[in-house]
Amino acid sequence: MELTPDLLKTLYRYLVTTRTLENRVATICQSQNANDPLIVGKGYLSAGQEAISVGAAHALRQGDWLAVGHRDMGAHLVRGITPQEIFAQYFCRATSLTQGRDENIHFGCTDKKILGFISHMGASACVANGLAAAMKYRGDPNFVLTTFGDGASSQGIVHESLNYAAVFKLPVVFIINNNGYAISTPVQEQFAVKNLADRAAGYGISGILVDGNDVVAVYQNALKARDHVLAGKGPVLMECKTMRMCGHGTHDSAGYVPRDEIEAWEKRDPLLLMKEQLVKEIDFTEEADKKLSLEVNELIEAAWQAAAKASGPRAEDLLTGVYTEGNLSDVNFRGRSRML
Amino acid sequence: MVEMTYGGAIRQALFTAMAADDDVYVFGEDVAKFGGVFGITKGLYEKFGPKRVKNTPLSEGAIIGEAIGAALYGLKPVAEIQFSDFITTAMSPLIDVAANYHYRNNASLPLVIRMPSGGGMRIGNFHSKCLEAWFYHVPGLKIVVPSTPRDAKGMLLAAIKDPDPVLFLEQKKLYYTVKEEVEEEYFEIPLGFARTVRAGSDLTLVTYGAMVGLGLEASQEASKQGISVEVIDLRTLTPLDEATLKTSLAKTHRAILLHEAVKRGGVGGDIASLLMENCFEDLAAPLLRVGAEFCPVPAAPALEDAYLPSVEKVLAAIDRVMKY
Repeated sequence: MELTPDLLKTLYRYLVTTRTLENRVATICQSQNANDPLIVGKGYLSAGQEAISVGAAHALRQGDWLAVGHRDMGAHLVRGITPQEIFAQYFCRATSLTQGRDENIHFGCTDKKILGFISHMGASACVANGLAAAMKYRGDPNFVLTTFGDGASSQGIVHESLNYAAVFKLPVVFIINNNGYAISTPVQEQFAVKNLADRAAGYGISGILVDGNDVVAVYQNALKARDHVLAGKGPVLMECKTMRMCGHGTHDSAGYVPRDEIEAWEKRDPLLLMKEQLVKEIDFTEEADKKLSLEVNELIEAAWQAAAKASGPRAEDLLTGVYTEGNLSDVNFRGRSRML
Repeated sequence: MVEMTYGGAIRQALFTAMAADDDVYVFGEDVAKFGGVFGITKGLYEKFGPKRVKNTPLSEGAIIGEAIGAALYGLKPVAEIQFSDFITTAMSPLIDVAANYHYRNNASLPLVIRMPSGGGMRIGNFHSKCLEAWFYHVPGLKIVVPSTPRDAKGMLLAAIKDPDPVLFLEQKKLYYTVKEEVEEEYFEIPLGFARTVRAGSDLTLVTYGAMVGLGLEASQEASKQGISVEVIDLRTLTPLDEATLKTSLAKTHRAILLHEAVKRGGVGGDIASLLMENCFEDLAAPLLRVGAEFCPVPAAPALEDAYLPSVEKVLAAIDRVMKY
């Protein structure tokens, strides 16, 4: 697809929106009342690697599915989840995508074709295969995009899923966000290969190595991968190298990361790189950037305040929805056999 | 009606479900041309072709993953785990994804996982365990353990229609040892209903799966001593037919829980507690459990026989309860 000025500006807007939203999550975490916290649990931010999520999600079309990883706020936004829905999720409100049954980034949305987040690293890869197998079964011209981290790539289920997708030539693009650290464990303690994309050869599939801080590169390679899998040439393993510019969660100051490593990557901040490209290639000024920041900031402020006003879930709804029919008592009762 | 084995009835159910609904498809290790290691899917590949009957890599986690994704997409996948013992390598997708998906994400997963389960075939610990207690502990899963060919067919058809993840635990020792007349056409036996296999008035023997036959045998022996045993086949563990148990206990006032799985931490212990909590006033004697011994499943016939519940063990329990 042609890189029009509008598209470039849209990519940048999503990068800024993601960063602004997550910065707000971080400041709420820092400032909230510990006895009555607005955010339940912690914040899991994608600072430094927004380009992967935003760029890759732009390769999705309406019928495609997304199976997200830990740091895919950008993809949720691109897919149409609103900032207010995200804050409602962070605040565990009844109106949230999981009705307050899960917190922070642990959500999905069937209507928007986003698989519910799976915290067990790498498991989304095997479910992505199932969605892709079903697309193939139905003859639908769609694909599944799934992302996970370098840490997840050590899990057996990821290897099984890559092999499985390769055997059946499933339309899946597996993206590894290689952000340098699995919580605190650096990549050299996770695997001995230089590039995770090199593993693709072992499965008999295509591997692509991409600069994960370059949103345009991620977008273009994701499109290429999409065309490849839709042409029936089998899945693609795409490694995006980046750096997590924060701790694993808002509770983690990332003291285990050498300072010079952070400083080196700060110069390659994806927002900075994209802004430079916009200024260089199209009519984009500092003034336009400030205007954008203000607009996005207003949007995010309104979103979190509206979400904060929503009610929390009711204790009496605890047992609804364990099964499609309701809870186990309902299921038993339907079978004329409730004892209590 | 036609005479079918337990295994044949399951195969019939798969043929029937696949003929009735294009969204139903079957996959697992060696299920295509080979027909599965127990021959249960034999003939399906020839009839429905490679799209709907497919071999998979030896990857239980990936198989369960396919079932979840396909169900979410709207298909009705029926996955086979070659031996229920092998589910250990797929616990994360099953427990962490499938079981709580509806609760957290408000989307149904109409998938069925067929798992040949249980022992008595001299094939050792990796191929003989009864693991239902693990899954009984998990909200969101349904568990079916049929004991007869008719139940196997009717309940598999009901499981395939069910909107939630269903574990269909087939008792592999029954595959070719049990036969009965079964309807040839499509029929469902709804999940959640126990079956009173034999009426009695002195004691209720609650059991399921391969132990139903053993329980019947023991009850016949007991009747020679003038003890009238009511035998209840639970048929599904989740949902559990609590009302049938309560009604029976109100009549007999005594109960024994019998299952093939090891006694410790088994389903029988939980059902016994449930009955104590809910039928306290009806009980004339403490409840007893009979299950397998607490050791890995051994292969040598003498050892496996000693490990498994037996008619003698059940009779000893009946004797103890009746003498209380």
